[in-house]
Amino acid sequence: MAVPAPYHLALSAILFTLGMVGVLVRRSVLIVFMSIELMLNAVNLTLVTFARVWGSLDGQLLVFFILVVAAVEVVIGLAIIVDLFRSRQTVDIDEVDLLRG
Amino acid sequence: MGAVLFGMVACLALAGGVGVIASRQPVYSALSLLVVLGSLAVDYLLLDAPFIAVLQVIIYAGAIVVLFVFIHMLLHAHSGEDPQVRPVLPAGVGGALCGAFGLTVLAVVIHATGVPAPIGARFGAVEEIGRALFSGFLLPFEAASLVLLIGMIGAVALGKRLPPGVPGRPDGEER
Repeated sequence: MAVPAPYHLALSAILFTLGMVGVLVRRSVLIVFMSIELMLNAVNLTLVTFARVWGSLDGQLLVFFILVVAAVEVVIGLAIIVDLFRSRQTVDIDEVDLLRG
Repeated sequence: MGAVLFGMVACLALAGGVGVIASRQPVYSALSLLVVLGSLAVDYLLLDAPFIAVLQVIIYAGAIVVLFVFIHMLLHAHSGEDPQVRPVLPAGVGGALCGAFGLTVLAVVIHATGVPAPIGARFGAVEEIGRALFSGFLLPFEAASLVLLIGMIGAVALGKRLPPGVPGRPDGEER
């Protein structure tokens, strides 16, 4: 390892916090969604780092499955956003506060 | 060499992360996300995970970001935010809370490592990952294919619904 693990983990923690701030602060649903991706990537970085630290491939395999789930999540989420935009003409999540369609 | 590369990658990733949450336009956020994903792919290479790095570039940078940009293009007319909404917390309190959260995560995670274990030359290569995937992780692997199939069906089912009043909709039925 060229760089000790704590540096990678610190990068991951900061990226996760940035993603959390994005989810809490932004109101454009697209940007909120991208912030969620940012948090997923921060977690992936942690998993890959620990896979390297412990010399075990399990962390990398978990990242593989997270990638699969993230791809499906993005497809479904964006389909929901498009549907929402068709019915409400907005992507501001403060405007979308009812559960009924 | 590796340390310099990591420094560049980390700076790029942090700048991109700030760009994702601070951009006015969602398309700039998507491009910043691309920067983050690309630099994380390089970081995965530094962490002896070449297969994951390639997957990151193909799936995240290649497919997911393109999808984001495409959807933004589809919705471009009304994707702004209303700046008139009152914040729930004052900015200082929110910033302090988020900073405290970040420092807690940092403190927990940094003390969780020891000396890196020795690894073989083929660690993280496609052969190794494939062998593990098709032996110990066969059931999750098959389940992942099922998840992908369900996601595909769901996207088609959500995407083909038409709003009421659009020509081509059969006899104006309600959703």
